Amino acid sequence: MPGCLGVRALRLALAALLCLLAAGPAAAQAPPIVVGVVLPMTGPVAAYGQMCWIGMQIAQQMQPSALGRPLKLVLADNKSDNVEAANATSRLLKKEQAVAILGPATSGRALAVAPLAEQAQRPMISPTATNPLVTQGRKYAFRVCFIDPFQGQVAARYAYRHLKARRAAVLIDVAQDYCVGLAAFFMREFTLLGGQIAAQVKCNTGDQDFSAQLGTVKQSGADILYLPNYYTEDALVARQARELGLKIPLLSGDGAQAPELIKIGGPAVEGFTFTAHFHPAGVQGQRAAQFLRRYEQMKKAGQVKEDLTGFHALGADSYLVLADALARAGTTEGPKLRAALAATRGFAGVSGAINIGPDGNAVKSAVLLKVKKGKFDYVTTMNP
Amino acid sequence: MDGAQLTQQIINGLTLGCLYGLIAIGYTLVYGILRLINFAHGDVLMVGCYMAWFGAVQFGLPWWAALMGSMLLTALLGVLIDQGAYRPLRRAPRISALITAIGVSFFLENLGLVVFGGRPKAFLRPEVFNHIYQWGSVRVLSLSVWTPIITGLILAGLLIIIYRTRLGMAMRALSRDLVTVRLMGIDTNRVVAATFAIGSALAAAGGVLWAMKYPQINPLMGVLPGLKAFVAAVLGGIGNVAGAMIGGLLLGLAEILLVAWLPELAGYRDALAFVLLIGILLFKPTGIIGEELPE
Repeated sequence: MPGCLGVRALRLALAALLCLLAAGPAAAQAPPIVVGVVLPMTGPVAAYGQMCWIGMQIAQQMQPSALGRPLKLVLADNKSDNVEAANATSRLLKKEQAVAILGPATSGRALAVAPLAEQAQRPMISPTATNPLVTQGRKYAFRVCFIDPFQGQVAARYAYRHLKARRAAVLIDVAQDYCVGLAAFFMREFTLLGGQIAAQVKCNTGDQDFSAQLGTVKQSGADILYLPNYYTEDALVARQARELGLKIPLLSGDGAQAPELIKIGGPAVEGFTFTAHFHPAGVQGQRAAQFLRRYEQMKKAGQVKEDLTGFHALGADSYLVLADALARAGTTEGPKLRAALAATRGFAGVSGAINIGPDGNAVKSAVLLKVKKGKFDYVTTMNP
Repeated sequence: MDGAQLTQQIINGLTLGCLYGLIAIGYTLVYGILRLINFAHGDVLMVGCYMAWFGAVQFGLPWWAALMGSMLLTALLGVLIDQGAYRPLRRAPRISALITAIGVSFFLENLGLVVFGGRPKAFLRPEVFNHIYQWGSVRVLSLSVWTPIITGLILAGLLIIIYRTRLGMAMRALSRDLVTVRLMGIDTNRVVAATFAIGSALAAAGGVLWAMKYPQINPLMGVLPGLKAFVAAVLGGIGNVAGAMIGGLLLGLAEILLVAWLPELAGYRDALAFVLLIGILLFKPTGIIGEELPE
């Protein structure tokens, strides 16, 4: 019997110790601040979501807490779909009690999420949604990237002044707010500069055959094709353009910067040029250097395979800007956090200095990138 | 639009139509025998593409070996789907099997997302298919020349199976009356399994040709070709193999010419297919060359 008792006592003591061990760190640590993340992890634009997500995770390693509480990222897949994006956001705001939403990556989805954030009075920060309507007239919608009126203007100037193009054809994915908007801004600036729009052809996200549209472009005698669409379409268009013997330069927007453009496009995307947010060659500041280092480590460890893109950098920046605003607001309350975000000035992010302008938009410069020997190559920087 | 341009667009349309037709044959085959619209057909096609991708890109097999392997594995998948999902419902109302087919479709898509990941993969186009023939300003990819040849061979082989073999005879008998055929001592389950195997192998072949033409694959890639091929099958007369081919060619041509002639309406290209579907169902539900089966 005494032996039995001894064993029981020992067990009790062990159990108590285990309880203490388990409770110890939790008791010392404050409850985490939940940050909701809504990104396209699957579907036609999965590459954007996955790249942004890697960027956010690295940023979280760089700055794991705010207000003395750990920051916890809760990811929801929006499947590149508007309805899914809205549902995921509602769940993150109501069930997970997220203090803010990071994402979505594309304008259409951001337009679906922004009203929900507005209603809940909790900020949404999109890393890469560039359509102006996303933040227009909203108090709680922010972004850490430039917007399309600027991007379209830059593209038009590059086409007109550097490439000496005078007759532009435009291929628009009519299913995406981003593509429709950006194409319109490009055409406005291009005609203002004195150029002509030789052809305007349309397609839908998910289309795989562009032969008919490209036939029209070829016949129009255009000397440049502007195609501000997403990477899969861009890659297939580039291949089919070459197959049909269309040799004019191809110019696109920030949506083109995904490794799939090169993998799917192959030799057909050599010389493919686009406006983008970021190129690793142009990084400045300590924070960016640290981010780059961590990314290179992950790449060496085989955790990521692709080269660093603007989506990684802006994913990180959306997180870092939020963490910075949390610290300045001193609270997680929506209205105060919003005010702190709106007051972001000269924040040294991964993608460069971030100033949040009047409409919740970041004011930034754009870079022009070109595919050269299967890599994204830096061409030039264009300032606002 | 000048002559060369029109020729180019017609060639583009026929190329696309051939692919629709090839995929539609698989639909029509299963429908002809089981009266089941196998909505998972497009997703079987997707799996076939991934099999070929693993073979060609991951294991470095030559394209024809990858294609054969993919057709074989996909045929096996077809048999498994039939065994697991459709056979238990053979005596259930037809609508139950239809709903199950939609379930299988979602299952395959989401399984694909988990196993293969959501980002598109680049598909290989072998050198043989990568040449460009040029006459004046008309340019044709050699793949577009090979596609009708391969499709024709497959179609011929299929017609031989259906009309010249005992299996084909059993399939035709089955399409008239499953219960009576069973009473005659024919193992109907085996015949149905063979039908699924052939239909799925065709989906794989169609998928691989599709992926060579539009060289990117993703887990949701089967949805649209699947739906379009379904429209093509109905257009031609569902249940009729030659009709599926004709329906496919017509649909491909109609889509390309719509975009070529009326660029303004290019956004309605997918809608066109479904308007055609509604139209044909309203005015000639048996399709262009489909016939009512004798009761």
